[in-house]
Amino acid sequence: MSEAPHEIAAGFMPLLDSALVVAAHEKGFAEAEGVALKLVRETSWANIRDRLAVGHFQVAHVLAPMPIACNLGLTPLAARSVVPMALGLGGNAVTVSNALWQAMAGHGAVLDLSPRAAGKALRAVVVARGRQGLPPLRFAVVHPHSGHNYDLRYWLAACGIDPDRSVEIVILPPPLMADALGSGVVDGYCVGEPWNTAAVMLGTGRIATVKAKIWRSSPEKVLAADARWAEAAPEALAALLRALYRAAEWCADPANGQELAAILSAPAYVGRPAEWLMPALTGHLAIGPDAAMEVEDFFVPQARGATFPWKSHALWFYSQMARWGQVLHTPANAALARETYRPDLYRAALKPLGVALPGANAKVEGALTRPTAVGSAGASLILGPDGFFDGSLFDPDDLDAYIAAQGAAEAV
Amino acid sequence: MPRASLAILVIDENRIRASIIEAGLREAGHDNVTLVHDVTGIARRIAEINPDVIVIDLENPNRDMLENMFQLSRAVKRPIAMFVDRSDQASIEAAVEAGVSAYVVDGLKQERVKPILDMAISRFNAFARLSRELEEARSELADRKLVERAKGILMKSRGMTEEAAYALLRKTAMNQNRKIAEIAQSLVTAAGLLEPGDEG
Repeated sequence: MSEAPHEIAAGFMPLLDSALVVAAHEKGFAEAEGVALKLVRETSWANIRDRLAVGHFQVAHVLAPMPIACNLGLTPLAARSVVPMALGLGGNAVTVSNALWQAMAGHGAVLDLSPRAAGKALRAVVVARGRQGLPPLRFAVVHPHSGHNYDLRYWLAACGIDPDRSVEIVILPPPLMADALGSGVVDGYCVGEPWNTAAVMLGTGRIATVKAKIWRSSPEKVLAADARWAEAAPEALAALLRALYRAAEWCADPANGQELAAILSAPAYVGRPAEWLMPALTGHLAIGPDAAMEVEDFFVPQARGATFPWKSHALWFYSQMARWGQVLHTPANAALARETYRPDLYRAALKPLGVALPGANAKVEGALTRPTAVGSAGASLILGPDGFFDGSLFDPDDLDAYIAAQGAAEAV
Repeated sequence: MPRASLAILVIDENRIRASIIEAGLREAGHDNVTLVHDVTGIARRIAEINPDVIVIDLENPNRDMLENMFQLSRAVKRPIAMFVDRSDQASIEAAVEAGVSAYVVDGLKQERVKPILDMAISRFNAFARLSRELEEARSELADRKLVERAKGILMKSRGMTEEAAYALLRKTAMNQNRKIAEIAQSLVTAAGLLEPGDEG
């Protein structure tokens, strides 16, 4: 350990997937790497963005597409950002109000989390409402540049529902969502945990489908670092990445689930009951009154390269920004998105640990239908399955064709 | 040349702070100021007010929602963006530190917005200072009460004079390198534990 510790301030939002950052601090992994990690809980993603930009934070727990949006100039105030690590895979779900669920059940939906069946029933409800002249259903997500927004839109579009014309999508902070569902302000939402479980526990909604079934092993939160700082303090960044990797291993051990839930439930972190946090950690999800389901890979903190910052993930998010009109697709913009994620920094930092490091920087998303051993340095590495529910593939080398083809689906 | 008065909307859940900002704006000659404390139905309010400048406290958890609405919503007749003076990094930092930011309609001149943001920053800082002082005053009062109780306990249980009781507390605090109030708190707690309780 170095004598003068690396002082790093990290912003985070009170969500289950802040687990890696919180555990790095609480379980001493940061300290063991010589990092004095100061965690600062924030109230909005905009605050995290601003405080990264003015140098209050060197790093932050952020929505995976956010640093890309910052580098593309889509946000008012933004530090040039790099993503040297992902903070796990999955963790989101789509929750709908009891009333909407009843309507969907009337069109054949059953509580089994199948994105295709739930989407089909939802489409029928949307069509019926249109015929009756009812206002469009309203869904909430946490941020326009979020996995939630792109997951929800991908699912709707693939089920033949136009996310811009057939439904309304609004922005709401996660802690308000369960209540908004109960009061009828929104009919559904896509959010991370514990805010889906919250609606089930409070009796205001049911989980219709999950991110892990829409796109298995897909990215959700990442570590963003202020690029100026990352360049000036490479040793501090590398030490932090090693601490976070150790924290990810600790979070992934089922034996630590109860302790992790207890830590996260404290007011300084998520500030909600530990019972609300356990479902995501165990994959045993309560999805409605008296209905529960085991969901494979619901939230993956460490296994199968879950912390590796795949350039194919960055480019898929970019493809969705282009799809929904947030950015114009140009070779320069695609390059900015690609260069935001930095697997080189990840490898350089973790090499001394001798852990499994993917040999490639990108992969064809959706290609693995079963767990597969892949080329790696260090220990052996298993990746996948990583399929999209509609069976499509995203080949980052075929970005232009993918962007050109999407959105052509027939929608109501 | 007389300028049309700017419509200014202040969104702050803290009513006192919002009033302080409003007073500052009125002193600076802005008479078209609206305060909103609760963002419920904010889209309709914005459509009615049609503001040129929106001042927001950064603690508001709805900031992501508001930013998105300013850009996209049909309620907003003109696009609104966060006011960022790129030539003035210090001012950006001062705003984030103070916990306030200004959003302005597209095309509004920087020199008309800058004084509003500067005023908001100084008022936010003044409010934070006041809150801190009030909090300190409160805890000082609480400390004083604790010390009084601790003195009373010592006077009663050990037959000390008030002066001797205070001297003992002070000496103990100095020896342990702690505050008198902390020693008083321990003593009061201990005395409470030793008192004959209700439980049998």
